Amino acid sequence: MNATKKRTNSLVITIVLFILALAFLAPIFLIFINSFKGKLFISEDVFSFPNSKTFVGLENYIRGIDTVNFWNSFGLSLFITVFSVAVIVLCTAMTAWYIVRVKNKFTNFLYYMFVFSMIVPFQMVMFTLTWFANRLHLDNPVGIIIVYLGFGAGLSVFMFTGFVKAIPLEIEEAAIIDGCGPIRTFFLIVLPMLKPTAVTVAILNAMWIWNDYLLPYLLLGTNYKTIPISIQYLQGSYGNTDYGSLMALLVLSIVPVIIFYLACQKHVIKSITAGSVKG
Amino acid sequence: MNKSLKKYFPIFALPTIVAFVISFVIPFIMGLYLSFTKFNTVTDAEWIGLKNYITAFANDTTFLQSLWFTVKFTVVSVITINVIAFILALLLTGTLKGTNLFRTVFFMPNLIGGIVLGYIWLSIINSFLYNFDLTITYDAKYGFWGLVIMMNWQLIGYMMIIYIAGIQNVPVELIEAAKIDGASRFQILRKVTLPLVMPSATICLFLTLTNSFKLFDQNLALTNGAPGESTTMVALDIYKTFYSRMGWEGVGQAKAVIFFLIVGIIAITQVVLTRRKEVES
Repeated sequence: MNATKKRTNSLVITIVLFILALAFLAPIFLIFINSFKGKLFISEDVFSFPNSKTFVGLENYIRGIDTVNFWNSFGLSLFITVFSVAVIVLCTAMTAWYIVRVKNKFTNFLYYMFVFSMIVPFQMVMFTLTWFANRLHLDNPVGIIIVYLGFGAGLSVFMFTGFVKAIPLEIEEAAIIDGCGPIRTFFLIVLPMLKPTAVTVAILNAMWIWNDYLLPYLLLGTNYKTIPISIQYLQGSYGNTDYGSLMALLVLSIVPVIIFYLACQKHVIKSITAGSVKG
Repeated sequence: MNKSLKKYFPIFALPTIVAFVISFVIPFIMGLYLSFTKFNTVTDAEWIGLKNYITAFANDTTFLQSLWFTVKFTVVSVITINVIAFILALLLTGTLKGTNLFRTVFFMPNLIGGIVLGYIWLSIINSFLYNFDLTITYDAKYGFWGLVIMMNWQLIGYMMIIYIAGIQNVPVELIEAAKIDGASRFQILRKVTLPLVMPSATICLFLTLTNSFKLFDQNLALTNGAPGESTTMVALDIYKTFYSRMGWEGVGQAKAVIFFLIVGIIAITQVVLTRRKEVES
């Protein structure tokens, strides 16, 4: 009696979860099927599959890619994300090691400044940062990497220092006795040990920079459009929304993220949970 | 070690520090200063004391309105997200099969960026409302609930993962002991599981709180504040004050400082609460 009751119970729960999971996937699925419908038919019935009358093949995709020059945006987003993340991981790992190993008032102060920067919302520095970056000619796809380094430093230094503290000093001392200078000690001994944290820091920053809209928009304007900027541009600059190409571009923007997620799901979930310290 | 490393300051620490000073320290200090001035181009700043702050509260109806809208949105989102995420976490820590697949699905929306997320929901909601000759910007009610649903969709999976980690940390022996003592399932949940999951709950509460309060991209994409400015949240209101009202830059900066203070108070409260809990246990 008890066993059957338990089994029916878990069956009911599974069914409920299954329905919920479908509901969670529904928005993405709806965008996907509607991206193959003619733009005039989308609004008539969002919930139906495309049929012989409404199906237009890749027409929306071709038009959407054409209007906003999507592949350029894709390349630009990729460029900014990859290089910013590489620079952030390398520089903040080095800084974190320096802060932990050279213990004095200055590094202590530095550490608290980095932690402080994590709680400051972007709107606080939005206007002045844009102005200052323009002055320094950082308002281009290369300059923005420096801005990302400065803005991403808080969380990344914070996470790296937590981990560096756990590395026993003896290992590094042994390397120095063997004749390694600080640079070789860092790259040969410390950095390999920091790898798990480096993966976490890289994923967190990559998700942030890939999806970031406001900072690149203010710095690069519409001369260099990252993916979020071109989607906002498509919607914002035409009076009558073309839902066909909008949905096609949405699908194209989601696909790389989903592939990335499914490929390294464990790392992604672990990293984002570890990053939850950031308020 | 200490001394030889110190000489390498320019290699190890300087690049990060320079970037940090350029993109955070200087803009932050300038921002604080400019909130007490009248300016258009930063270089023409003129000290006017607290006038910007007074204007933000007294002469600008959109600020208080957006603050109120943000508070309402945050309260509703925090409650719905945490309740649903906790229930899902409870269901997924049982002995069910295929829980990993469910976790993967529920977590996925969290990775999609704000702008894309906003337009996904905008196209669905608007295509649906089209049948009734309406759009999401017809009434502030639609915008409000659209934002709440979107926020739930985005954050439930994330919070669920944190709650799952918390529930899995509850020692099995405690639950067994409670069962032997004759506690019902509901009693176990209330008296054993819930208190031990409180640290996770604190994290989740504050994460949803700050994320909802600072929402910008989704707000811009979904309603852009329409109709009127009735669905404008604080972050978007600050943005609009800066960039679509000539001569209001100082007021925008003052609003940004207030915004920063509120977020800062929330963050400090969290740190204090977490510290106190750690001392107790």
